[in-house]
Amino acid sequence: MTLGRTPSQTVGPYYAIGLCRRPANELLARDAPGALELTGLLLDGRGETISDGMIEIWDAFGGRWGRCGTEADGRYTFVVAKPEAKDGSAPRLDVYVHGRGLLRHQLTRIYFPDEPEANAADPVLSALDERDRQTLVARQEGAGLSFDITMQGESATVFFDH
Amino acid sequence: MTDRESPVVLPDDPSFGGEVQVDYPGYRSTRWRAPDRPLVTLPEELHDLAGPVFGESAIDEFDNDLTAQHEGQPLGERIIVTGRVLDVDGRPLRNALVEVWQANAAGRYRHQVDQHPAPLDPNFSGGGRCLTDDDGRYRFTTLKPGSYPWGNHENAWRPAHIHFSVFGRLFTQRLVTQMYFPGDPLFQFDPIFNSVRDPKARALLVSRFDLETTMPDWALGFQWDIVLGRGGSGTTPFEEQA
Repeated sequence: MTLGRTPSQTVGPYYAIGLCRRPANELLARDAPGALELTGLLLDGRGETISDGMIEIWDAFGGRWGRCGTEADGRYTFVVAKPEAKDGSAPRLDVYVHGRGLLRHQLTRIYFPDEPEANAADPVLSALDERDRQTLVARQEGAGLSFDITMQGESATVFFDH
Repeated sequence: MTDRESPVVLPDDPSFGGEVQVDYPGYRSTRWRAPDRPLVTLPEELHDLAGPVFGESAIDEFDNDLTAQHEGQPLGERIIVTGRVLDVDGRPLRNALVEVWQANAAGRYRHQVDQHPAPLDPNFSGGGRCLTDDDGRYRFTTLKPGSYPWGNHENAWRPAHIHFSVFGRLFTQRLVTQMYFPGDPLFQFDPIFNSVRDPKARALLVSRFDLETTMPDWALGFQWDIVLGRGGSGTTPFEEQA
């Protein structure tokens, strides 16, 4: 017998009451070896910033998880590390985007800009066309990384079925 | 005045199954936020990725009792909300992190964005969390949340609900949803509740009053099980890990 799955409902605008009771945006200590700051904007289909979104990052290979609500200016910030490449896949972070107006959270990925060879060989990334691929690779910004997430339109980020 | 239209509640359509509409016209905020390109399919084996594991260190005292987090008792109708977190084959998911948040009994969230002119309660924050036990069971003591108005359309009110966030064993078992109370008169007017177009799937969002869970002279009891699938297809069986 198979049970019916409980349907998803939006996280709504007040998620911080339950989900941000403790800061969780540092996947590892800021001063740990390999720690990098990752920041970006969450944008809607009109290019406006989303101030009540929430990003969750899972570094499956490093076993590190974190969560960050977007600020009034739509920005999120994490401390992450680049995971090791594994089984022919490029290093990446798995990302869930939650927000008011999203009936279900959306899945995307962050790849690293200093891994051109591994990225070119990655089975998921290399199956995408150039425009789509570009939306999943973070930009180097100073000592850290920048990755904007756009929900719709010309520059929309690629989202995966999950 | 397109900003103040009537609610759009589409007719029931079981052919949608448990799938949630990503752009539901009745829920206006989906318009510029729901992805407008087809979702890319990942190789099947990537759905087997394990998710994060949380331990007792994630839980503080009184995290599972939202009525005991302040010096005084909060106002409202005290309730017990409990149930099991299961996979689609009915197996309990142990040590699953369950997080909740809700409005107070007057229908007000303790959040700077909520300007509903209903009172805050100094003895109620409205957030909690717990881990499921060996039987997959979670349990919270809290208050029945109030209904509250929102700006989606003219005279829009949300049915009383508690927000739930759950992590399964697999990364793609992640679920964020809302639990409702039986018999709420606002169901038929609420676009978020009705964004689940299959009435059978929608019924899975509604808790059940349970006299056995009800604690004499103390609190009403509600039972609500949570079934985690595994992603968009939701149909592929997977092996239990030894």
